[in-house]
Amino acid sequence: MISFVGGRLVSLILTTLVASVIVFLLMQVLPGDPAVLMLGLNADADAIAALHRQLGLDQPIWIRYLHWIGGFVVGDFGTSLTYSVPIRELLGPRILVTLPLALLSMAISVVVAIAIGVYAAANRGKAADTIVMGVAQVGVAVPNFWLALLFILLFALKLAWFPASGFSGWQDGIWIGLRSLILPALALGLPLAAILGRVTRSAVIETLGEDFIRTARAKGLTRAGALWKHAVPNALIPVVTIIGLQFSFLLAGTIIIENVFNLPGIGRLVFQAIAQRDLVTVQTLVTLLAASVITINFLVDLVYGYLDPRLSRGGH
Amino acid sequence: MNLTKWALASCFIVASLAPAMAKDTITVGQVLEPPGLDPTAGAAAPIRYITYGNLFEGLVRVVEDGTVKPLLAESWTVSDDQKTYSFKLRQGVKFHDGTPFDCSVVKFSYERAISADSTNAQKGLFEPIEKTECPDPATAVVTLKRPASNFLFNMAWGDAVMIAPSSAADNKTKPVGTGPFKFKEWAKGDKVVLEKNAEYWGDPAKLSEVTFKFISDPSAAAAAVLAGNVDAFPMFQAAELVSQFESDPNLQVEVGSTSGKVVLALNNARKPFDDVRVRQAIAHAIDRKTLVEGTYSGFGSTIGSHYSPVEPGYIDLNETYPYDPAKAQQLLQEAGVEGLEMTIMLPPPAYARRGGEIIAAMLSEAGIKVNLVPIEFAQWLDQVFKNSDFDATIIAHAEARDLDIYARDKYYFNYQNPEYKALYKSFTLASTEAVQLDLVGQLQRKLAADEPNVFLYALPKIGVWNKKVKGLWTNMPVPADDQTQTYWEN
Repeated sequence: MISFVGGRLVSLILTTLVASVIVFLLMQVLPGDPAVLMLGLNADADAIAALHRQLGLDQPIWIRYLHWIGGFVVGDFGTSLTYSVPIRELLGPRILVTLPLALLSMAISVVVAIAIGVYAAANRGKAADTIVMGVAQVGVAVPNFWLALLFILLFALKLAWFPASGFSGWQDGIWIGLRSLILPALALGLPLAAILGRVTRSAVIETLGEDFIRTARAKGLTRAGALWKHAVPNALIPVVTIIGLQFSFLLAGTIIIENVFNLPGIGRLVFQAIAQRDLVTVQTLVTLLAASVITINFLVDLVYGYLDPRLSRGGH
Repeated sequence: MNLTKWALASCFIVASLAPAMAKDTITVGQVLEPPGLDPTAGAAAPIRYITYGNLFEGLVRVVEDGTVKPLLAESWTVSDDQKTYSFKLRQGVKFHDGTPFDCSVVKFSYERAISADSTNAQKGLFEPIEKTECPDPATAVVTLKRPASNFLFNMAWGDAVMIAPSSAADNKTKPVGTGPFKFKEWAKGDKVVLEKNAEYWGDPAKLSEVTFKFISDPSAAAAAVLAGNVDAFPMFQAAELVSQFESDPNLQVEVGSTSGKVVLALNNARKPFDDVRVRQAIAHAIDRKTLVEGTYSGFGSTIGSHYSPVEPGYIDLNETYPYDPAKAQQLLQEAGVEGLEMTIMLPPPAYARRGGEIIAAMLSEAGIKVNLVPIEFAQWLDQVFKNSDFDATIIAHAEARDLDIYARDKYYFNYQNPEYKALYKSFTLASTEAVQLDLVGQLQRKLAADEPNVFLYALPKIGVWNKKVKGLWTNMPVPADDQTQTYWEN
């Protein structure tokens, strides 16, 4: 088990480092000069040169990389070119928006998916199965930003249950903050739930056909008992795999959803920083996002090991 | 007698209560978040929306009708040779941190803008300044290298505001000015909050607090306005959503004009656009009325030269190249150009992306084949603006009274015309306003005749706000979102 975890950890660090080099190089070949962007159409050449010196953009590329990655490792991400404040200060308040949003969407996605997936599997071939999976099929096809706009129209403008956009912060209480996150989390989580629900259904159906389920039923367990005690836990491995994969979709989704709902989170910061060529901020955020996806995959591997001990023993 | 007194007294009480009952804070929606809040260190318009007139002040300022008015300079005199400006400075002015304002601040601000390590986005505005002197703290004498007839207007730009030496380095994140509002907080990615400056030297602001909220998605912005989450959206960007506001009894829509000029810029150094007949042919092939209809739902006035109706001295040259595809084809024939194919670079704003589709369709009527290339703004700056590697592009020139860009030796559309340059030079040397305005007219005519770029329309300013909010600008002659006169009606 220890060598399994250790091996995964080393590959985690190496992958993150490789990602950081790729991201940094991409930023260098990206056309567009942040200084020109900041000073606009009328800027003098020497004003642009002065700004290059001020931002440290006149130094050689490898020095800039080492400087940045050296700080990155100890948590000093550097200073945002456009905001001129440390990137760490930008991150704090935004994580408090994006992390709850991601967790809430994930929770919605998992709860809804397991409920509809197991329900549909248990009623395989019946009308209920067809209806639930038909709705899920629509859910797979619906883009999250469009769903978001429909939710705004119905729940914010017509019914006025939730604010149409923006985030008022956590200082006025959990419920006030949560209210602004519910619609975005639904818009983000439901399309994922549709996909996950289909996977859950087929995984449960597959295990229901296994010999050990027949044995369990023969021992006298009820249908529901066999389903929840034996079929569902054994169907979880493909489900966990998909959850791990969906996490990166979720992070990409927050970029769109935070823009639609005007939430001041990480996703909107990435989007804004790219448009403004805030190179240091973009490379830091993208590397952090890559690192979190890699970490999630690492955790998924650990969960596999727990769900199926054969995997960690075999070092597979 | 007693009764009258009683009635009078109660009148006073009611009168003094009434203003307290009126709302005195406002939430203003804005599309983009500014990159920093220092107008002397960045060109982005959102910096000016928040700071111009509200937070920072210059010696002079531009008001809503586009004219220049005194601000921190009470008055001034100009020497006979037009080279020396003596400003009489306002007394008792203090920065928000208590630093007193006097001539040393003027000297510091102007010298900082022209210094070698200046990162002022409009360094060129200050270029004519030879020196700034302080004969006494209440007088600033600015000497120019040569007469510059637009000097006062240039000093009214957001880039020429007064900056105190002690706070200059931190203005990007903690701006300290002399204006009627002072900086309170900036929740990055969300909002900037300004509060009333109780020690303001002039008429105090009527609002106690102004919140600028950043909403970049047009549908999210419309939803926020309809739900009342923002009280005003002075520069709403999606014209096609405006009809929803017009049917709402609580909202008021005000459409005005800006100094932004949308042009189809042509690379005058590249064949066949170096031929004036080809440029005129393209102008004839574009129906600008329909274009405004398609991109801005009909808001926005067409222009015939590089000048907007809100700029002083505007003349109407819209009829120079009426829509006439047959004439366009004939001009192309005369120029000996057959099967013209051109690429138009389209930066992200809707005026370019949507406008590009419409223009491509119109040009194909005149037998011109168009390739549209959508391009990100940073890349546009690099490829089109810096390297002049393009045939044509659609872009809005936001700067006010920027006729000088056609007189530059190097500018991205490569228009080189000695007559225009000479005309522009005599404009900068003009001593009276009448001569200046006459020359502004001549410059516009010259550009219309030469058509270096196809002039399309002036960017509209579509404002929507709560009917009870008063005092916001309808027109926007310079990038600004002036909140100094805003108040709520009871």
